[in-house]
Amino acid sequence: MKEIVLIKLGEIALKGLNRFSFEDALKKNIKSALYGAGYFKVKIAQSTIFVIPQGEVDMDEVCDRISRVFGIVSFSRACVCEKDMNDIYAKAPEYLEDALRFAKTFKVEAKRSDKKFPLKSPEISREVGALLLEKFPHLKVDVHNPQVKVTVEIRDFGAYIRAGAEKGAGGIPVGTGGNAAILISGGIDSPVAAYMLAKRGVKLTAIHFASPPYTSERAEDKVKRLLMKVSRYAGPIEMITVPFTKIQETIKDRCDEELFTIIMRRMMMKISCIIAKKYDCTALITGESLGQVASQTITAIACTDDASDMPVFRPLIGMDKEEIVQISRKIDTFETSIEPYEDCCTVFTPKHPRTKPVLKFVRYAEEDARLDELIEDAVENVKAVTVR
Amino acid sequence: MNLHYLDNSATTQVSEAAANKAMELMRGNFANPSSLHSLGFEASKELTKARETVAKAIGADSAEIYFTSGGSEANNLAIFGVAEAMKRRGNKIVTDAAEHSSVYDPMQKLKSMGYDVVFLKTDKSGKISIDEAFEKIDENTVLVSVMHTNNETGAVNPISDLSNIIKRKNSPAVLHCDAVQAFGKTPIKVAKLGVNLLSVSAHKIHGPKGVGALYVKKGTRLIPQHFGGKQEKELRGGTEAMPLIGAFGVAVSELSVEASHNRVKALNTYLREKLSEIEGITVNSPKDASPYILNFSTGIIRSETMLHHLSGDGVFVSSGSACSKGGKSRVLTSMGLPDEIIDTAIRVSFSKHSTYEDCDALTESLKNGLKNLARRK
Repeated sequence: MKEIVLIKLGEIALKGLNRFSFEDALKKNIKSALYGAGYFKVKIAQSTIFVIPQGEVDMDEVCDRISRVFGIVSFSRACVCEKDMNDIYAKAPEYLEDALRFAKTFKVEAKRSDKKFPLKSPEISREVGALLLEKFPHLKVDVHNPQVKVTVEIRDFGAYIRAGAEKGAGGIPVGTGGNAAILISGGIDSPVAAYMLAKRGVKLTAIHFASPPYTSERAEDKVKRLLMKVSRYAGPIEMITVPFTKIQETIKDRCDEELFTIIMRRMMMKISCIIAKKYDCTALITGESLGQVASQTITAIACTDDASDMPVFRPLIGMDKEEIVQISRKIDTFETSIEPYEDCCTVFTPKHPRTKPVLKFVRYAEEDARLDELIEDAVENVKAVTVR
Repeated sequence: MNLHYLDNSATTQVSEAAANKAMELMRGNFANPSSLHSLGFEASKELTKARETVAKAIGADSAEIYFTSGGSEANNLAIFGVAEAMKRRGNKIVTDAAEHSSVYDPMQKLKSMGYDVVFLKTDKSGKISIDEAFEKIDENTVLVSVMHTNNETGAVNPISDLSNIIKRKNSPAVLHCDAVQAFGKTPIKVAKLGVNLLSVSAHKIHGPKGVGALYVKKGTRLIPQHFGGKQEKELRGGTEAMPLIGAFGVAVSELSVEASHNRVKALNTYLREKLSEIEGITVNSPKDASPYILNFSTGIIRSETMLHHLSGDGVFVSSGSACSKGGKSRVLTSMGLPDEIIDTAIRVSFSKHSTYEDCDALTESLKNGLKNLARRK
């Protein structure tokens, strides 16, 4: 029995003249998500995407991967039939056996977009429903709250039988929302921030600051593994690792201890802006949440923002830790995030960081520290690797 | 004399690559994967690699794999871990009488602790009845534990039906499956089976003894059964057995499940034909059993007598399950087989290295034995 996946598009069906570029991006993303899971034909018709396996594939795996592609509202596995009631009668009981065998209630719904088909929708529902009741006599019909909703669709190119539909990842296709660079340390927040902007169609580049030997290769590996999880939603991500040791040591040497964190974050912004531009990004993304730590007060954020000449998106700004953790569990980054390795943000942390830094003085301190040359050095010596 | 090893469900020969990996992790990089230095990091990479390999083989995420000292420990951890975690939800447990002793005995223990343990009856081949399962699983059931492939007969249970039943009956039950005899021999996907917990072992698939794994579906709560150390996310403390785990990973990566299955299937068919030519032999394994296991009875010669006779000819088989030597096979008894069948049962179990010559040697020696050995009283 031939099985395919039917995908319903989300809000992109509402886009005007740009609709085709959204659809093309989604098609491309679906193909890329299915890379290595077999061969597929992916086509769009009647605002539905058809994923048609060519040869043997593991459909569970296929659905699992599709469930993480943005731009999809819902999707379902379906059995392909001829547009002929006899073929539908022949295939429906066998195809639906797994779903119906232990169900108590069901309902059949028909959708006939091909109006040339001889039976009308209510007639199709009635006929198929009667047949299923005959084959599975333990079932009862419940049109309001069925355990299993069987749908028979009569479309232009064929008829499809399916049992229920799964919720898709929502959002809009990655790549249609421009490029941005996520600053990622290895904590709980930044992967979530990355996920949230990817959901709005942004293609990601990741920037990670490493300070060996204060931070270990394990910390870097952890970030890579986090990005791997994010890439299941966001597609392949270029990960740029910036050598940050010298800058941190110099700040510690030449600046007031209380200002260490704020100046370090300004350096991160400056370096990120330079790298982001190299990688065609037009914005930065951070996982900051207002008031979470000393560097995330309004004044501190204003102070850091001053160092960036790009818009900085902070999708978590108004979220509680608990809400962030919830999403990180959903996207499966939480367990990796809590692995206990030192990262660049925890190295040299002052005992009492300034929570209300004054921009003017921070700028003076920064100038005195003469960091420009070190920034150039760091940018020149980055390491890039594609994570997928 | 050529050796014909047909006892692969007891254990298998460790593959060369797996043994080399074990050696490498004992003599080469022997570091503790929890050590922070770079040698430790290298070791932890090996650990991750093995975990990923095992996860992929059953369609799981690597965070869902917990290494144990083998299938038996995995079964114990699953059963006691769930029983303790779910004790406020209910105290009914559903399993069956043909389980391996590493499930059966923990169940007896739970029974003595006051749990209501229901043993499903099995048919002549060792398979549970879905209708009975549907009847017994209810809102009070917190654990259902049924094996995938029976270790004595090779009978395969309908695991995915059980997960459907649990859903349809609104039962909070956690579904555990002992897949030690199925892993690596038939395609296993945890999502397809619908299980929460699944036990596997290395030494049945050309890996070393002393290592196995428990798959724990995300969101399934288990209470650890021994303590000391944060390894395996605090579910199973103790320094990871790196040589064994690394070798396990290699053994799994060497699996070619489908190709081996087809090869063994042909051997099984061949042996069944040869056996059908010998008078008086009854095959106890059902037709749709795993091809890796073929259980039959001579009806007249005691299992152990025949086993020693075969062994004298260089043919190594098992009498019932190797774990239950001595007593009458509990599994075969639970299937309601007559005494003369139980007393004379022989289990042949194949691996991907088994050959037609092995089958021929077995049938030749069997014929001689039947002619010359003293009959059972």
